[in-house]
Amino acid sequence: MAKQSIKLKKGAQMIVDVLVSEGVDIVWGLTGGAILPVFDALYQNRDKIRLIDTRHEQGAIHMAEGYAKSTGKVGVCVVTSGPGATNIVTGLADAYMDSVPLVAITGQVATSLLGTDGFQEADMVGITRSCTKHNFLVKNIQELPRIMRDAFFIARSGRPGPVLVDIPKDIAASSAEVPIPVHSSIPLSKFVPTPDWDQIPKMAEMIKHAKRPLIYAGGGVINAGASEALRAFARKTNIPVTLTLMGLGAYPATDRQFVDMLGMHGSYRANMALTYCDLLIAIGSRFDDRVTGKISEFAPTSKKIHIDVDPTSISKNVQVDAHVLGDMNAILKELIKRVGTNDYDQWYNELERWNKKHPLAFHQDPQGKVLPQYAIDQIYQITKGDAYITTEVGQHQMWAAQFYKFDKPRRWITSGGLGTMGFGFPAAIGVAFAHPDKTVIDVAGDGSFQMTLQELAVMAEHQLNVKVVILNNKFLGMVKQWQDLFFDKRYASTSIPAQPDFVKLAEAYGIPGYRASTPGQTVQTLEQVLKKKGPCLVEIVVDEEQHVYPMVPAGGANKDMMLSREMEIAQARAEAKVKPITKTGGKK
Amino acid sequence: MRHTISVLVNNQTGVLSRVSNLFSARGYNIDSLVVGITDNPKVSRMTIVVRGDDRIIDQVEKQLNKLVDVIKVVDLTNEDFIARDLALIKVKAEPDTRSHVMDIIQCFNGKIVDVALRSFIIEVTGKESKINAMVELLQNYGIIEMVRTGEVAISRGKKVQEEVEKKVKVKAGKASQSYL
Repeated sequence: MAKQSIKLKKGAQMIVDVLVSEGVDIVWGLTGGAILPVFDALYQNRDKIRLIDTRHEQGAIHMAEGYAKSTGKVGVCVVTSGPGATNIVTGLADAYMDSVPLVAITGQVATSLLGTDGFQEADMVGITRSCTKHNFLVKNIQELPRIMRDAFFIARSGRPGPVLVDIPKDIAASSAEVPIPVHSSIPLSKFVPTPDWDQIPKMAEMIKHAKRPLIYAGGGVINAGASEALRAFARKTNIPVTLTLMGLGAYPATDRQFVDMLGMHGSYRANMALTYCDLLIAIGSRFDDRVTGKISEFAPTSKKIHIDVDPTSISKNVQVDAHVLGDMNAILKELIKRVGTNDYDQWYNELERWNKKHPLAFHQDPQGKVLPQYAIDQIYQITKGDAYITTEVGQHQMWAAQFYKFDKPRRWITSGGLGTMGFGFPAAIGVAFAHPDKTVIDVAGDGSFQMTLQELAVMAEHQLNVKVVILNNKFLGMVKQWQDLFFDKRYASTSIPAQPDFVKLAEAYGIPGYRASTPGQTVQTLEQVLKKKGPCLVEIVVDEEQHVYPMVPAGGANKDMMLSREMEIAQARAEAKVKPITKTGGKK
Repeated sequence: MRHTISVLVNNQTGVLSRVSNLFSARGYNIDSLVVGITDNPKVSRMTIVVRGDDRIIDQVEKQLNKLVDVIKVVDLTNEDFIARDLALIKVKAEPDTRSHVMDIIQCFNGKIVDVALRSFIIEVTGKESKINAMVELLQNYGIIEMVRTGEVAISRGKKVQEEVEKKVKVKAGKASQSYL
């Protein structure tokens, strides 16, 4: 008997043991009844794992996302059952869309109460089935260690994603003797296909014959840790590179071969290149509707090659001529061996002509209202491109993508697929925990910031080096832009007249707050705060009439970009006659 | 086009809802879905009949393969396969129509499994088209109730099962793994 009791271990301790052996040294969470045993075990192991208490579960999961996106490691959040668990659903959906490796541990009512509508019971496995890569309900303590191990393996393998593990209270609180497996029970081949190497010579041949090739790379390159391989491939072939919103940083934005972001708010040069290329090489990108625009006019004259890890991404939206699935690093390495170089002089001349015709640019009147584009450009200049930038969702997000030039991967942390307002601020906190010596800036809108601002408390408590920069236009700007264009300026629900005094709000949490209303003040304030360590909030009052250009109207062809306000309105009227646009898409 | 897809899955709670959820979330149309255990109690086989163009069927297969509990997906439509549907039909059998109904049953190799004063219950198996034809004829006499299983299918030869055995062996090999 005595011998046995030595080996007995609580379920909660098994969870902590797996976390430690997976290299987890920080988790975010909010406690509650059903998760109490797990928090107790975390508390007892606080020398090994830091536990950060948030003010809302959504904050916890976005922090874990920010951590995961900026490090490539699996982010972990721990919350209680019922409302605690349902509060992380947005974060799970966000992580699922953007392929972020997460393990979310949720408490659950005791197994004897499952299915009885117990207090704080919610069917989390049912609720999250379509927004997780996989999920588990642990019904037997004997399964707990294996499930925890599998959860981490699934989250990080192949195309990463969130995994939820729902743990009934009695499972975490009871004890048993269960060995903890070192490896997952699932083979890696489930998530990483073996490349069809025969495709490589075929692709090399296509590249050899192309006159106007274009690399279109996305977040998959960053997830696969293949940024270096992408650079090597681009350098060797001299092929120009465009990146998706999620791919920014996968290739240096200041490089000669880089032709900006593409898609709905991509540059004129990038979208024209996309339209007129004769070979499109998609790497770790998924032909999202915000990139393709009208499918029938997407890169119409080109052959298409696709390199990815996820079989479902191949020919899902756009039919491709050749594809290879598997480890991107290995595939690119093989491809590099077989390709030569070309100067593509004519092609580069054309790209430069497009760039000169409609560059990504703005004209700040020194006496006028602050342009949001100008504010972002100043952040870029002052930080010399070396900051971690997180964003919320909307106009400010697109301007940050256009005007902050990322040379390194994992510096750009944004909610792309789901378009989650309120993501950026908690994500910035997660990034700051991962990189305490770096500057982290949340480029925020006044609308988005008010969705998760309670986490100011976490920022203050841990004195994180996070700078919240609110570009305040007193509007949900992106939706307003659509209303300007497609709804005759009927600003239904987009004006935000009643706002807190953001400076005082920050001060209420013990955080220094600043306000800038002129271009001069903007530069001065940003210079001042970015010199100092520690948390702060800067509100920049910006011109509310600015629109994000260029813009490909939803469902329109990429080459038919709107490039100026006048052009937008004329075009919108013509469009409206054909097909009224009734939704605001991902830009909430 | 109509495709018959055979899916081998881990015999675990929640697998059926994961599969059916995938179909509803992505807007694929299921004609029928049948689940049953295989000779290996740890593995179940789902036979799914789904309609769609090549692009949709391709996506269905890939999306199914992504599910952690899915072991193997085979589109039987591309192979030589046997498909059967089973129906239990309660049909009116009045004194003056009884013999006509019995003739039809015989033609289709059906069996009468229950006889009541004014009705029969018929059991019939076969291809979907055969059962459809029988149902059409019986409708003239009045079908009171009917239940059908939906299509179950299996490929000729050993191909699919061999694959599973291979996978199970791989898993068995892993059982000897190390522990913390």
